[in-house]
Amino acid sequence: MNALRDILSQGAEMLLVLGLAPLLTGFVRKVKARLLRRRGPPLLQPYRDLIRLMRKDVVLANNASWLFRVIPYLIFAGTWVAASLVPTFGNGLLFSWTADLIAIIALLGSARFFQALAGMDVGTAFGGIGSSREVMIASLAEPAMLITVFSVAMIAGSTQLSNVAEFMGSDAVGLRVSLGMAFVALTIVALAENARIPVDNPATHLELTMVHEAMVLEYSGRHLALIDLSSQLKLLLYVSLIACVFLPWGTATADAGVARLVFGALLYFGKLAVLGFLLAVFETSIAKMRVFRIPEFLGAALMLALLATLLRFVSGSL
Amino acid sequence: MIAVALWSVAALLALAPAGVVLSTRPRGSIILYGGCLIATSTLCITALSDLLFFPHLTPSATLPIGLPWLGAHFRLDALSAFFLVVVNLGGAAASLFALGYGRHEDSPGRVLPFYPAYLAGMNVVVLANDAFSFLVAWEFMSLTSWAMVVSHHREAENVRAGYVYLLMASFGTLVLLLAFGLLASGAGYDFDAIRASHPSAALSGVVMILMLLGAGSKAGLVPLHAWLPLAHPAAPSHVSGLMSGVMTKVAVYGFVRIVFDLLPEPVWWWSMVVLLVGGPSATLGVLYALMQRDIKRVLAYSTIENIGIIFTGLGLALAFKAEGLDWVAALAFTAAMLHVFNHALFKSLLFFGAGAVLGATGERDMEKLGGLIHRMPKTAFAVLVGCVAISALPPFNGFVSEWLTFQAILLSPQLPSWGLKLIIPAVGGLLALAAAFAAACFVKLYGISFLGRPRSDVAASAHETDRFSLTAMLVLAALCLVAGILPGLFIDALAPVSKSMVGNIMPHQVGLQWLTIVPIAESRSSYNGLLVFLFAALCGTTAATAIHRFASDRLRRAPAWDCGYPDPNPLIQYSASSFSQPIRRVFGGVIFAAREIGEMPPPSSPLPARLKVELRDLIWDALYAPIAKAIGFATDRINILQFLTIRRYLTLVFVALIVLLLVVAL
Repeated sequence: MNALRDILSQGAEMLLVLGLAPLLTGFVRKVKARLLRRRGPPLLQPYRDLIRLMRKDVVLANNASWLFRVIPYLIFAGTWVAASLVPTFGNGLLFSWTADLIAIIALLGSARFFQALAGMDVGTAFGGIGSSREVMIASLAEPAMLITVFSVAMIAGSTQLSNVAEFMGSDAVGLRVSLGMAFVALTIVALAENARIPVDNPATHLELTMVHEAMVLEYSGRHLALIDLSSQLKLLLYVSLIACVFLPWGTATADAGVARLVFGALLYFGKLAVLGFLLAVFETSIAKMRVFRIPEFLGAALMLALLATLLRFVSGSL
Repeated sequence: MIAVALWSVAALLALAPAGVVLSTRPRGSIILYGGCLIATSTLCITALSDLLFFPHLTPSATLPIGLPWLGAHFRLDALSAFFLVVVNLGGAAASLFALGYGRHEDSPGRVLPFYPAYLAGMNVVVLANDAFSFLVAWEFMSLTSWAMVVSHHREAENVRAGYVYLLMASFGTLVLLLAFGLLASGAGYDFDAIRASHPSAALSGVVMILMLLGAGSKAGLVPLHAWLPLAHPAAPSHVSGLMSGVMTKVAVYGFVRIVFDLLPEPVWWWSMVVLLVGGPSATLGVLYALMQRDIKRVLAYSTIENIGIIFTGLGLALAFKAEGLDWVAALAFTAAMLHVFNHALFKSLLFFGAGAVLGATGERDMEKLGGLIHRMPKTAFAVLVGCVAISALPPFNGFVSEWLTFQAILLSPQLPSWGLKLIIPAVGGLLALAAAFAAACFVKLYGISFLGRPRSDVAASAHETDRFSLTAMLVLAALCLVAGILPGLFIDALAPVSKSMVGNIMPHQVGLQWLTIVPIAESRSSYNGLLVFLFAALCGTTAATAIHRFASDRLRRAPAWDCGYPDPNPLIQYSASSFSQPIRRVFGGVIFAAREIGEMPPPSSPLPARLKVELRDLIWDALYAPIAKAIGFATDRINILQFLTIRRYLTLVFVALIVLLLVVAL
């Protein structure tokens, strides 16, 4: 009975993140449009886009290899598994011990590895530029993320995300300088990883500044749909991660009743909406950076994260 | 057990002179490599069964060779058994690969006699139980590998590589000789006697530093790495794989044997020294690798990175052991040993892949390759597995050992000493950077040489490699996956090694639910490679079937889109140098003193504009160049002694005689 409940709740969680991810993206787009005094596409537009893309033929470049056709599924699988390991409205998921935070980051790293390879498969100039810049950004964002995780994990005494969330929700945390730094670092990394302004522009095309879009330029049809869905899942993952580590209130515990679960779910939707709104406000109020300004931006995250970890080493209470 | 091992080594030694004869026969290389394959497989199975079933027995043997009053002592304990597995697994894979690859050798006489001798040398280092046999075998291993480095001696670059390698190998042996001299001063050369002798703390510290220099110069730790990226790529590819994947591990063995086993309890500052060398080696090694365009040189530099990760693990183990936290020391030590094993697997695999590419195209320069995934699909698949594994990405094996190292770092706030408190977070940061750079580096290696469109005619007309080579690569690739999804089995097999070296073991892993690995406690961290793999496979296949069934499974081929500006010239693609340009621009200015020089011809001149990139190895400039210059200066001055008249020579002899007599008299 218990096992069945666990499996069901894990399955529900996986479907939930999959179903919610396009909605979050649609919400951010809508808010951005309203802030620019445009009406913007309807909230459900991302779902329609995905369905339409899936129904279309794939147009494959003549010299694309088998790897090019497999990679969308690999990216999707890696991102989906990673996203379903992050607690949303309830802790104590069945497979939460399958992979800790470091493994979640590494899973996203695998997805990015294949994405960058896909950019180089057809042998176009745009694909190469995208992959080359993506690995440059990743070479700073990934360590910043890992070190942020170190500092959070050392405060919580665990790299297991559900334990971290539980600890953060308890009274033992208090106000810490290192947590504040980790929060800023994680936010910067999240912007970079999700190809948001000021690092990359998700709405641009045909520009020499594009990174993510340049890598996926040769994709079409169902392949493109999967890659878009993976990006949306990744955005949801990072927003959920920030929510569960830094806004842990109201997350249902493992043995919670139905009422607590519903309450946790409502609160979770609220957190998503607030963070999505903040993201839209941030994106409309700042300009895209030049490519070689990005290392400074991400370097700041790296240094903050390192400082947070160092503080933690030097003093147990900071 | 040990008798089987020693007989197999003797068989390898006997194959060496046979190689001279066999190298002139048409099918000689098959007989020789087949023999090596049998001998190394026997050794590997023997050592593995010893490690798994009799880890507490330490059979030893003494042979009446070597120093007359000492004899040659051999011993097979858990540590030796583990390293024998690594050496001979790599040796067997290389021999299998060479069954196909070695047939294309231009001058087999320059490789065949040395290959089995080299394998035997590495085995004897691991088996030796006295300083004399250890050093002789070490030097034997260096010299035989040197002979294979200069086997293609007509290329000036290889000769230079051989020269630098010989110098560094002599330096390493000299330092080891000093270390053993200090150790043996009170006890003699037998390791058992040294173990019982308890040298003083100061002496132990000096020996530790000397071992770090000696073993580090063989393993390629920064700043003693300069020879490695020259020498490893110069040898034939299966030997490159052995040198990078296996011989560096023999150096790690030497360090572990002396520092963890023969010396008394460590002091905390030892770990500082090791960490300060290990962390920077990891990051610098892979940054150097990112800047290269020669496939084999990329792999050689990445060896420096992985050795850095291994030494970081060893440094952490020393720190925890010194502070009495031996259960964490066991975690760090196991992580390092697991990485030793993992790196031997994927580095051999990648060097074999580079060998297959070299055999098919004759090119090592990535900027002349491209599109090989179409013409060498199986090689491309095996190399892809190696690239993912070495980039420390789940569900492959490289991730597991790095994950364990990170877990050990996360426990280090428990260490009391302030120096370590400040250094360990920095080292953790360096390892994180190294992991990200490694992914970038192998995206580049794979993307430029295997994906895209061919950049030269040889790449366009490449063909798949032979079956032996493919088998060797696919076996290694399969092992990378198995070690990645069932790491618990490997961690448990390492328990006796960790027990004998740091005095404690990691918690028993096999038998945990779903084969999860839990290094400390489930509330702290756990990882399950098997479930991650199954999960991802399930998600991927479900998505694929669902979409193909319910949405669309149609596919059309068309010219590439490329934003509407496709160009048929393959040179329009990103090249190896342009791929790493952003990273070079961000990090290279300081670390490599990188400069880009644009040469614009004057207006109206038809000459092309040129962009030159200059990279300098600052360590070479600051450390090696002055030494080389000083030696050159001194030899120039001494050189006049060669051109004296007979009278002056006689005077010199006379003066020398008087000085000697005076010394004796006083």
